[in-house]
Amino acid sequence: MAVAEDIQVKPSSETLLRTGQPKPPRDFGQIIRWTLLFLGGLLMVMPLAYMISTSLKYSFEIYDLNLIPQEPTIENYTYVLEDGRFYNWFFNSLIIATLTTISTLIFDSLVGYVLCKFKFRGRYLVFIAILSTLMIPTEMLVIPWYLMSQSLGWLDTYWGIMFPGLMTAFGVFLMKQFFETVPDDFLEAARIDGLNELQIWWSVAMPLVKPALAALAIFVFLGNWTAFIWPLIVTTDTALYTLPVGLSSFGDEVDVAWELIMTGAAISTLPTLVVFLIFQRFIIRGVVMAGLKG
Amino acid sequence: MADLSRSDDTPPERGWFSARWHRLSIRQKQVVWAWAFLAIPIVFYVVVRFYPTANAFVLSFQEWNLLGARTWVGFENYIDLWNDPVFWTVFANTFEYLIIGTPISLVISFIIAYHLDKVRFMHGTIRALYFLPFMTSAVAMAWVWRWFYQPVPIGVFNNMLAQIGIPQIAFLQSTAIALPAVLAPAVWAGLGFQIIIFMAGLRAIPPTYYEAARVDGVSNWTMLWEITLPLLKPTIVFLVVFSSIGFLRIFDHVFNMTTNNPGGPLNSTKPLVLMIYETAFGGRSQMGAAAAQTVVLFVILLIVSLVQLRILRDR
Repeated sequence: MAVAEDIQVKPSSETLLRTGQPKPPRDFGQIIRWTLLFLGGLLMVMPLAYMISTSLKYSFEIYDLNLIPQEPTIENYTYVLEDGRFYNWFFNSLIIATLTTISTLIFDSLVGYVLCKFKFRGRYLVFIAILSTLMIPTEMLVIPWYLMSQSLGWLDTYWGIMFPGLMTAFGVFLMKQFFETVPDDFLEAARIDGLNELQIWWSVAMPLVKPALAALAIFVFLGNWTAFIWPLIVTTDTALYTLPVGLSSFGDEVDVAWELIMTGAAISTLPTLVVFLIFQRFIIRGVVMAGLKG
Repeated sequence: MADLSRSDDTPPERGWFSARWHRLSIRQKQVVWAWAFLAIPIVFYVVVRFYPTANAFVLSFQEWNLLGARTWVGFENYIDLWNDPVFWTVFANTFEYLIIGTPISLVISFIIAYHLDKVRFMHGTIRALYFLPFMTSAVAMAWVWRWFYQPVPIGVFNNMLAQIGIPQIAFLQSTAIALPAVLAPAVWAGLGFQIIIFMAGLRAIPPTYYEAARVDGVSNWTMLWEITLPLLKPTIVFLVVFSSIGFLRIFDHVFNMTTNNPGGPLNSTKPLVLMIYETAFGGRSQMGAAAAQTVVLFVILLIVSLVQLRILRDR
């Protein structure tokens, strides 16, 4: 009987990962399943809950394991932000993640579009060459990048932090896959209307692959927001640190003040969590899309 | 075709470029557009991907500390690495991360995805709870977990243990426990992604298969082994390769959980990427030796993914 239950619960016509309307659990097995999953979920967010809770506690209270602070305070936040460095690091991360995301979206979609929609000799070679870079781990490139940055004077500059991330082969692949779904007739019609190729790409093809662009944007932004090893290597000036690098050095300095470290961690995590809670649906769809296409 | 494109005769006042452009056929114009669009990306991939790759290989056969001259040393960097006992500890650690991390994270995420797929009530909320850690930065979370692992009275875990009367565990100081303790947050952070991908894979299995099996009176367990898992193979292959590469490249968590003694205690948590970082940027600037280590990492990643693809595809 449990077998029949399981199948009924799964609607056949449901689209990928759509939530469906809430239905109460229907038998005892389902209730246990739901409860265990819910408790597991709570366990998953415990570290985040503790991080936020501790960032709102006075230092004398951090040894208390209660999640709700006795006397909540934002003193840690004002202290950390008044220091000024976190403002700086936050701003650096924001600029770098935004600019690399814009650049990646433009170039990856342009290359993906050209490789998908233009017929010319050598395009397969270009595609394979770009894809082959996926096999090269970043760690292998950081030493040459460092040497390059050093000789060109890019150490401790925004450009130095950003340049390796201006395009990604994964994005080219993803966009190429999605441009396959754009009918050639649309492009041909635009050509007859007298649009040039740049206009066709931007105003005809791009709007048709918005979901893919959104998915790629999320991945690239998140990737650059949390990037650690390259910014750590290329910056020595604390004013140019990104949030992860800043937090890493900050944690070392104030090794005893855990409530301050948790505040710093919260500052670097909360923006992405808020964005996730707002755009949950799109982000999960984007992950599925990127995961399955990748 | 040729006549058509030439019918538009170029007046003499037009520039040379414009004149040439108007003489091209539509097909030829497209080729010009294509290469114009590709120009910047091609320069980027050559300068920022291909040249550095070649450079890493070349550098691995040289000795250089950034200040003096580069000298060719042949295979000496590789031989030194082979004879370095620390390298073998690091090598073992790197595989330990892979061998513990990948199966554990895949089994847990599959179990959760399998059951979550069948739950409708508050489905979105529960899914969000599991997915949230994936949105965090490894550095921030490394610090949170590091705090959890502190001794009494600071650390959460040891406080909990103390309350039920279990002696303290020196999570990050013990050579036996430190590696799993560092690995745990990495597994935790990646679960959400794997669950989502597994659920997408589960949704892609046509329900008619299950309906047919149910008519035949097949048990739940048999359906899992005979229908679900075989049909999930592409998803499993993707996740195994993807997460193995992740665990082989572990760095952020280890570096930040042990900053006072990176990779410690006694190198018991040091992965290959941390060794590369220290060799190149840890003060002595042994660029050639570090480059050789990156080549080793590259080869390991390549072999592990090829072997996994081979094994999983054949089955």
